[in-house]
Amino acid sequence: MIERALRGNKLYWGWVGLLLAAIGVGIINYMEQLKTGLTITGMSRDITWGFYIAQLTFFVGVAASAVMMVIPYYLHDYKKFGKTIIFGEFLAVASVTMCLLFVVADMGQPQRALFVMFYPRPNSILFWDFVVLNGYLFLNIIIGWVTLEAEKNQVAPPKWVKPLIYLSIPWAVSIHTVTAFLIAGLPGRHLWLTAIMAPRFLASAFAAGPALLIILLMIVKKFSKFDPGKEPIQTLGKIVTYAMITNLFFYGLEFFTAFYSNIPGHMHSLEYLFWGLHGDNGEVYNKLVPAMWTSMTLGILGIALIIKPSMRQKETVLLIGAVMIFAATWIDKGLGLIIGGFIPNPIGYVTEYTITTPELLISIGIWSIGILIVTLGFKMAASIKKEVG
Amino acid sequence: MKFKRGQFIKLSALTAAFAIGGKKAISLIAGNELLADNHKTKADPNKRWGMAVEMGKCKEGCEKCIDACHTIHNVPDHGNPKDEIKWIWKEKKSKIFGEQVHPYAEKNADKPFLYMCLHCDEPPCTRVCPVNATFPREDGIVMMDFHRCIGCRFCMAACPYGVRNFNFKDPRPNIENPNYSYPSRSMGVVEKCNFCNERVDEGKVPACVEVCPEKVLTFGDLNDENSEIRQILRTRETIQPKTELGTKPSVFYVV
Repeated sequence: MIERALRGNKLYWGWVGLLLAAIGVGIINYMEQLKTGLTITGMSRDITWGFYIAQLTFFVGVAASAVMMVIPYYLHDYKKFGKTIIFGEFLAVASVTMCLLFVVADMGQPQRALFVMFYPRPNSILFWDFVVLNGYLFLNIIIGWVTLEAEKNQVAPPKWVKPLIYLSIPWAVSIHTVTAFLIAGLPGRHLWLTAIMAPRFLASAFAAGPALLIILLMIVKKFSKFDPGKEPIQTLGKIVTYAMITNLFFYGLEFFTAFYSNIPGHMHSLEYLFWGLHGDNGEVYNKLVPAMWTSMTLGILGIALIIKPSMRQKETVLLIGAVMIFAATWIDKGLGLIIGGFIPNPIGYVTEYTITTPELLISIGIWSIGILIVTLGFKMAASIKKEVG
Repeated sequence: MKFKRGQFIKLSALTAAFAIGGKKAISLIAGNELLADNHKTKADPNKRWGMAVEMGKCKEGCEKCIDACHTIHNVPDHGNPKDEIKWIWKEKKSKIFGEQVHPYAEKNADKPFLYMCLHCDEPPCTRVCPVNATFPREDGIVMMDFHRCIGCRFCMAACPYGVRNFNFKDPRPNIENPNYSYPSRSMGVVEKCNFCNERVDEGKVPACVEVCPEKVLTFGDLNDENSEIRQILRTRETIQPKTELGTKPSVFYVV
């Protein structure tokens, strides 16, 4: 099957070459990080998690691309997703792979990574995150590969894969919930200490994952002769709309609780993110303010664009809406949520965070690994789908 | 890639056997210490160590306790706040006690208070550690195992007091007078005040307590009602930061 990913035109190979180059640059910078330490990142004594962990929380969400089609297809017999479900699964594989790589990139002692298995501590949510992420990765690799193989051979998928598919549904919920629990159970981090952190993770995931899938399917349609069809993309658009509305609603709930109760700790991080904070000597800290308002604006505009069915049916409009919503969730979860949680620090000082070049290049390298998995997987799937028809 | 049922079962059984066998092999080579999760400490389970801090006695500008601690524990001075490592330091009272300090306290709010790991009885930091690299001893000291720590910094996110430090870079070049009887850390691990567990195990008090000429710090067993620290806690007014979080700190500030 993999040989189908190895046949392509010049444009395809140029793209793969570009990704490999970006991965190479990432590896070189990671070697430097191994040698010099995490001091080459923008993280500090106060901001102890930065861009890497923020990408973990964001891409866990993108992995929801699979379950949002598995549920309608397998539980509600919505057959229109039959043609596209495999793409959701490969996107989930790429996302979870990126998540795991970002965790390793963030570790101070990556050579001790397997200690998590040698000295397992069920008390730690990180242990459970390790379990659920790896589990979801393998579930999607097995399910995606076996069903695609069956389709290529034009036979029904083997019976033993069905229970795994059903298992993947609650498992998908678990990866968002457990990753939310990483930050939602920490005393003294008010931005994170909220019972709707897990629902917020689910809502933003169900928006971000399908939104990216819409974008990718349109790219597939443009560059390969495979047409996923109008209806699956439209249904995904509907899912994105509802999920993003829920996501913004949840955000509003956080604002209400913090500002109506008027409890300083609950307000500080939100104030930092959206208006900026003042230091003891009048310094202004507001680096993330433009990004957060951009996120809010893109989210609301994105919804406004695609909430009306007649608008959504225009594929260009849906594409723009999906890009806006994807960007909005990325800024919110892939930037603001993690950094904002550390500001102010536990004793009230503000240290801001700026990503460094090596940190960004390492992140681009990891993204490129994800994009490469998507490229190879989608190429394989599209060529088989086209052949089988 | 066509699996027959029998093959699938055989393969699963083989994988399981390999996994179990592998673990056995590791324990044969390395002994059980590698796999067991018990840190052997000399902690006395009947004791619970605590500290009382009487800032009223502290002399302005004196940093003897800080120097003593940082010297014997090989704490590096990187010279910048980003990579900074500190086990004990002087912090503004208003920062430690937050909303408890009102604006009418004026100058008093900026009064420097000695600040360090509070060795909570219910430590959130040890709860989140995925590998048991930080753990509470039976006598209440919150420990760090520098050789177990994977550097995920989950404990730093969990600590509501901001007393944990991460070695963002190799500390060794920036240790002025290395003390070879205490380990220096490798890059990429977390560290913090350890209540001088290495001294406590020899029946001594922590270094900061010993060197203070003004007797600002009192170290003792909170379980022993005749101890000096219990005497202080019984007769003097004390406060602790963020007690509403249920962390039960073992450090008390006399006001």
